[in-house]
Amino acid sequence: MTSLNPVAASRAAQAEAALMAAKDLHHSFGQTVALAGATLSVTGGEILAIMGPSGSGKSTLLHCMAGIFRPDSGEVWFDGQRIDTLGDNERTELRRTKFGFVFQFGQLVPELTVADNIALPLLLNRTRRKAAYGGAGDWLPRLGLDNLGARRTGELSGGQAQRVALARALVAQPKVLFADEPTGSLDTLTGEMVMDLLVSLAREEGTTVVLVTHDPRVAAYADREVLVRDGQIIDYTDDRAADVSAAADRAADVSAEADR
Amino acid sequence: MSVPLTLLGLLEREPCHGYDLKRDYDAYFSRDKPLPFGQVYATLKRLARDGMVSGGDAEPGSGPDRRRYAITETGSREFREWLSRPIEPVPHLQTILFSKVVLALMLGRPAQAFLDAQRSAHVQRMRELTEVKRTAGLMDALLADHGMFHLEADLRWIDVTSARLNALAEMVRAT
Repeated sequence: MTSLNPVAASRAAQAEAALMAAKDLHHSFGQTVALAGATLSVTGGEILAIMGPSGSGKSTLLHCMAGIFRPDSGEVWFDGQRIDTLGDNERTELRRTKFGFVFQFGQLVPELTVADNIALPLLLNRTRRKAAYGGAGDWLPRLGLDNLGARRTGELSGGQAQRVALARALVAQPKVLFADEPTGSLDTLTGEMVMDLLVSLAREEGTTVVLVTHDPRVAAYADREVLVRDGQIIDYTDDRAADVSAAADRAADVSAEADR
Repeated sequence: MSVPLTLLGLLEREPCHGYDLKRDYDAYFSRDKPLPFGQVYATLKRLARDGMVSGGDAEPGSGPDRRRYAITETGSREFREWLSRPIEPVPHLQTILFSKVVLALMLGRPAQAFLDAQRSAHVQRMRELTEVKRTAGLMDALLADHGMFHLEADLRWIDVTSARLNALAEMVRAT
């Protein structure tokens, strides 16, 4: 379908100017193919949702883009630099300084306080203790957690914990925030509050967001959505395809092609 | 559900009699409420008047059910346009979308592309409603929520159908 898509060529050109790009990624776990030629670009400041059914490869894609996995083949580019070929130490450094992460759960240290957890990335980046805790403290009112700085994160509700996780992911001012089902363990209303906060904070900070979700209500917070199907990217909602008539034209093009 | 467009779709396969059209329509698109013969012929007559179908010659033993109908170029264009145009994302469109998917599979058209186009339209509408929720008051936010839950149900159906498209195609082609 991609070869018939009139949008594809300009999209390729746009990829050159992208903050992040994945090019023809392939990745397998044993016999199971997770990515089969996934190509995707993300513009700076964009909030992108990656959707797809379970096992479609969307989390693998996120892990490859974030430098957690090294793809079997293909390229990952970030800010003009190819990152999939970097060594382990360099990728760790990149993740710590340029990327932030929010997962479904399990990312906070339950024995530490809210302030400790938020300050942690700054301390790991060798920020002085006082400055790190000062930075962490600034985040509490933005999250509606003003009085909870001294509370252990193990004692928080799910929604509060995700807000702390969000602050921890953003405190070191990453260029890209990777979020994998960030509201997966929350009820609808709490999840929406977290997403609302995530989007507002990302916009304020100018952070690019790559969001993996199976929930269309969560994806609806993004500027753009792509679908992972059989390890490949179906991109039908960039700014040209987002309007219905363009999507229809594309469907009609494919239909006409099938008739030949 | 549009009876004229569905009949056009069935004629897009091959010319056939009114009786065949009714039988296939009932089998695929109107399982619980058969289409009356009168409506089949009245619809065909209107379609012929509008140049969408040609009535063909009556075969021996004339009577309305002895007439073979064929789709015209105009009719074919009209049908294709309808098929590829995403439906406005309002709740309760499953039956129309279901008909489009079945007709597309019957005719060897890319049903997946139509589902993707519809998904795109739905997602775009959900994004607009999310913006309403983020900026409007409680009343409008709750109304937007109502719309979103229904659109979400449609989306789930679109996803499930996408995943089972091959099985549906086999079934449609076998009959």
